[in-house]
Amino acid sequence: MKLPRFSRKTLCIPYVVFLIFFVIVPMLVILFYAFTDSEMRISFTNFIQFFSDPTKLSTIVYSLVIALVTTVVSLAIAYPVAYILARSTLKKKYVILMLFVLPMWINFVLRVNAIRELFNLLSTLGGMDWLANANYFKTVFGMVYDFLPFMILPLYTTMLKIDPSLYEASADLGASGFATFWRVTVPLSMPGVMSGVTMVFLPSMTNYVVSDMLGNAKVTIVGKFIYDYFGNDWHMGSMVALVLLVVVFLSTWLTGGFQAEETARGANL
Amino acid sequence: MNKKRILSACLKALFVGIVLFFLYLPILLLAVYSFDKTNMIGRFEGFSLTHYAQLFADPKVLNMIGNTFLLAFLAALLSTVLGTLGALGMFYCKKRLRTAINGVSQIPVINAEIVTALALAVTFVAVGIGKSYFTLLIGHMVICTPFVVLSVIPKLKQMDNSLYEAALDLGASPAKALFTVVLPQIIPGVLSGFMLAVTLSLDDYIVTMYTRPTGFETISTYVYNATTKGNAHTAVTLSSFWALTTILFMVILLFVLVSNLTGFKKKEARK
Repeated sequence: MKLPRFSRKTLCIPYVVFLIFFVIVPMLVILFYAFTDSEMRISFTNFIQFFSDPTKLSTIVYSLVIALVTTVVSLAIAYPVAYILARSTLKKKYVILMLFVLPMWINFVLRVNAIRELFNLLSTLGGMDWLANANYFKTVFGMVYDFLPFMILPLYTTMLKIDPSLYEASADLGASGFATFWRVTVPLSMPGVMSGVTMVFLPSMTNYVVSDMLGNAKVTIVGKFIYDYFGNDWHMGSMVALVLLVVVFLSTWLTGGFQAEETARGANL
Repeated sequence: MNKKRILSACLKALFVGIVLFFLYLPILLLAVYSFDKTNMIGRFEGFSLTHYAQLFADPKVLNMIGNTFLLAFLAALLSTVLGTLGALGMFYCKKRLRTAINGVSQIPVINAEIVTALALAVTFVAVGIGKSYFTLLIGHMVICTPFVVLSVIPKLKQMDNSLYEAALDLGASPAKALFTVVLPQIIPGVLSGFMLAVTLSLDDYIVTMYTRPTGFETISTYVYNATTKGNAHTAVTLSSFWALTTILFMVILLFVLVSNLTGFKKKEARK
């Protein structure tokens, strides 16, 4: 018996089958559920309900604002850190970078729990009573804390790739330090900014673990919404998920794709 | 000029230092109080290992820790095999097919985790297979495998393709050439993909929550439930989490130190 000729392409068959069954089919299933009613007939009620319900729309707006603030704060902290590290002449700078990534390897929920305990301490014994009810502040703080490495890593990798001779050339041509930063570093680090923003914005809109554990259950974000519907109304839950899916793909498309390699969570460290 | 430079270096160090301080403050706080006698954060009453004893005395806690690590290992192992094969196959496909597979492969990477989780859960229940350890494993593989692919592909691109051809010309079978020529060249990517998959799986809450069988707990789900639906859990449970956080932190620190001393220097030298 002769075996069929071996081709290296065939190696990807298991993965393709896996992707079809567990990525494509589930997407089609929620598409189906989103546009059907409880008797499985095609219906647009979920769609209409979703876009005419003020509480749903306001939750989305809240989530967007929280995510936006988280992203901006993360960027404001991460950009200088990445810039300082990337341009540092220290031989052991990867150790410092490692220090930023290290907390990421403790379980995510345990990390949020650690912040929760810190806030408890500050509000009960540290004389910062206002913290007890500052649910939005605590949520944003927790999100920045948790997602900061996702912002630092892509920024650092892109900045490291900038050819140092460009800085020299810019200085030789008479540009001030600020002009060099503004006209060389910033434009060339844009891909990193885009990756970082996508990596932070999306989880902070949907990851309800932080908002639940730090926001005294007063802060509801889109992710929590899906969770609530999952228990009783799959059709509406699927509709919310579908809307999120569309938002994600639109934003990915608008920001000009996604440097997935650079965001691989420090895989290339 | 020199003064200015020193000042700017100090400011930079200060900024990085402050950010690091905030990053480690919560963890160090728990680490300190995990050695305290009482369950109260804020007053240090005296050194003791009570919280550690509590942690290891609770069979439920031990069970969920075991669950978490076993699941992470299995999911990472399967994802690494699947992802490495996938990356290899994709690499040799025609460009259009490769772009298509790559596009689908990135959906779980860019998608909100909750959408992936909900879609999987609804599908599993809708087709009638329900939720089991198998579906949980699949859920974790869906989020891990694309990252394995992402870390293997760069290594394939760096590889010298003529070596494979040479191996065939010298009489090796394609399978043998893959194992003895191609695999050694991409192994760093495979290993970092595996590590990445382990950390992703260990960290996961959302996908676990939606695809797990009833009663199955990982560190994430257990701690989340204990802290948000606090009534059923006592301060004892909560303070044993301080000990757990500290242990995990120590293990990670040790791991990083060891890998730093052994492997990192070589990697830096190659750059």
